[in-house]
Amino acid sequence: MFEGIANGLKSALSVLGRGGKLTESNIRDGLAQVRKALLEADVHYDVATSFIKRCTEQALGDAVMKSLRPDQQIIGIVHQQLVELMGPTDHSLHLRKDTLGKIMMCGLQGSGKTTTCGKLAKMLKEQGKKPMLVAADLQRPAAIEQLKIIGQQLGVPVYSEAPAGTTPLKVCANGLIAAQKAGVDVIIFDTAGRLHVDQDLMKELEQIDRKVQPDQILLVCDAMTGQDAVNSAKAFNEALELDGVILTKLDGDTRGGAAISVKEVTGVPIKFIGIGEQLDKLEPFHPDRMAGRILGMGDIVTLFEKAAEQMDEAEVLRQQEKMAAGKFTLEDFRDQMKMIRKMGSLKDLMKMIPGLGGLLASNPDVDADGDMGRIEAVINSMTPYERNHPDKIDRSRRHRIARGAGTDPADVNRILKDFHQMSGMAQKMSGLGAMDRMKAVRDLAQGGMSNPGGGLRMPKERSKRGPADERLAEEKRKKARKDAKKQKKRNR
Amino acid sequence: MGFFDKLKQGLQRTKQLLLTDVRDIFRSGEILDEAKLEQFEGRLIRTDMGVAASALIVGELRTKYLGRTLVLDELWGTVKETVRGLLKGTDGTEWNPEQPLSPLKFAANKPTVILVTGVNGTGKTTSIAKLAKLLTTSGLKVMLAAGDTFRAAAVEQLTMWSSRLGCEIVTKPSGTDPASVAFSGCEEALKSGVDVLIIDTAGRLHNQANLMKELEKIRRVIDKKIPGAPHECLLVIDATTGQNGLNQAQHFGEAAHCTGIVLAKLDGTAKGGVTVAIRQQMGIPVKYVGVGEQIDDLELFNPEQFVDALFDESK
Repeated sequence: MFEGIANGLKSALSVLGRGGKLTESNIRDGLAQVRKALLEADVHYDVATSFIKRCTEQALGDAVMKSLRPDQQIIGIVHQQLVELMGPTDHSLHLRKDTLGKIMMCGLQGSGKTTTCGKLAKMLKEQGKKPMLVAADLQRPAAIEQLKIIGQQLGVPVYSEAPAGTTPLKVCANGLIAAQKAGVDVIIFDTAGRLHVDQDLMKELEQIDRKVQPDQILLVCDAMTGQDAVNSAKAFNEALELDGVILTKLDGDTRGGAAISVKEVTGVPIKFIGIGEQLDKLEPFHPDRMAGRILGMGDIVTLFEKAAEQMDEAEVLRQQEKMAAGKFTLEDFRDQMKMIRKMGSLKDLMKMIPGLGGLLASNPDVDADGDMGRIEAVINSMTPYERNHPDKIDRSRRHRIARGAGTDPADVNRILKDFHQMSGMAQKMSGLGAMDRMKAVRDLAQGGMSNPGGGLRMPKERSKRGPADERLAEEKRKKARKDAKKQKKRNR
Repeated sequence: MGFFDKLKQGLQRTKQLLLTDVRDIFRSGEILDEAKLEQFEGRLIRTDMGVAASALIVGELRTKYLGRTLVLDELWGTVKETVRGLLKGTDGTEWNPEQPLSPLKFAANKPTVILVTGVNGTGKTTSIAKLAKLLTTSGLKVMLAAGDTFRAAAVEQLTMWSSRLGCEIVTKPSGTDPASVAFSGCEEALKSGVDVLIIDTAGRLHNQANLMKELEKIRRVIDKKIPGAPHECLLVIDATTGQNGLNQAQHFGEAAHCTGIVLAKLDGTAKGGVTVAIRQQMGIPVKYVGVGEQIDDLELFNPEQFVDALFDESK
């Protein structure tokens, strides 16, 4: 967690606040926290250690010493070093334009080769190429069927032979001939998963490599792999001279430290990442985003991209104008909520906003998605007239709406109140710049997490009759007195 | 080849790694200092054991031996003992090498239902086939239910295994609600009076809330048809998995109430050390280990031998 590292760094550097001095030793302490986080993200031990050494050297420069926010500065260095380590990127498959392009996939069992073959084929097809798949996995039962089904879904030809009486080598050679005959542009060989310590099977890969001479050999690597990623990547690279790596299953919550390890030992670029089971879930790899993920920082860029994908620009503009003019209605509110929900679970979205990820971890009970659903139900239970004139909703209407939405009239009231606040805020926010807006969102999130319906931070309403729990209040006062005494002693 | 040999073979690299370390890092007669401990911690972390478990072992060594003259055997004994203690846990799970089925909980009335879950590509289907083989060789009648209706050709894969093993299988067309497959599986199992019903599920990432809810639903449906079932819920974890294994165990544990782990693909260089951390933090024990691609390559987990093979110095 970025929050985790940041907190670790802060406590290591907290002496500064009390007139302490930033020294080599507390920089080292801070970076030790970073190292721990890297290890927990499955970065290989040696890689993490040498990486921290480099960061320490850079952090010891005077730029950090003089900086106002040394913790931020150090994280900046770590982030930048991570990006450098995982870059530079190369998203091209370097396929020849004139002749048949050949891609060979390899990897351990269950890393996602067959699915990734399908994703690559889909991507190439969308680029206007004519791909063909070759099912050279004769080992796993039904692997050929799996590739055939994928081929069918994509409308891509699949070359296969009955597994009895043939070898993967023969299948690949025959597949190549078939591809030349069929006049396709790219051929993708799906080989069986194998362990890198299995000498015979590794030799088989080398034979296929020699026979078909692929332009690109891609290693498919499970992002959840731990320390062993180094061993397998190294072995595959030694046997085959890899051209690139595809990291799969990044839609999980793994931090993906394996990415660093693999890049470090093989030196070949990570080209793509797999982020879902559907065949369109293949994306180019971006080291900066990955660095943020490993450190547990938010991924605001992806969030923006996701938003741009889902949101209708004209619609957004129309709503913004409405907001600015103060004519934002419940109907618009609902439409906006629908758009947000299309982007995925709120929880996932919030993780991408820097600063909100940690908040989420500290409030695991908040069911933002459920709340959104309830709000939508309430708005749906209103008549169009009510949606446009929320102030016209009286007691009787409120009761009817609550019945329709299956909630309490009090809930309806709360939502109306929240909406009122929000539309006021929206009007204010539309006058702000992008950065201020971000800040407002963060303030909102920090104060109003418990009522995701909206509302800026509100002062807590105190009961006039005093606190409900006298004893607790008394204890609190006692503790405050004690703390003050301690502080005095320390200051002496 | 027995469990011990296979495991040894699989763990050869680990052992060598750790052994060279012993000689490199600790030499009898030297004084144990912080630098040596730190080096050793690094080696432990490389087994994917995680920072917490490694720190625990190193902490044990620190309190016992720091600043003292090293006696290699004594130190080794402590390391082994600590790991063994972590793996064995306190819930009384039994691994009786004489009875390969000893860690499994069987129902009083037939059938015993075993639900198998895990993230994508860990080897669930293969592990199910191996488990079915193990159960049939023990003289039990097994039925399979192909609950992975999502991945292309997953049903075919399990069907192929069932015909090879000669056990019954319940399938539905791809795209069917997996809970309905589980339900018919239970119905069929009750009807035909098999001893054990093993239900496959589609691989799912543990952070996908809807899919985890689906898993809860499968569990509920099974429990409705056969009260008290599933009696065992096994989580298949890939031995190459790193610290994410902890998250997997936590989320699957919550959704499916996992009672045990099948540690697959232990025949590579990966050590599956994350299971130590899982046992330490989540309390879910490893019950079986997969040590090869053949149908017989599922072995009863044995903490004693696991640790011994890991740290065996004889070879």
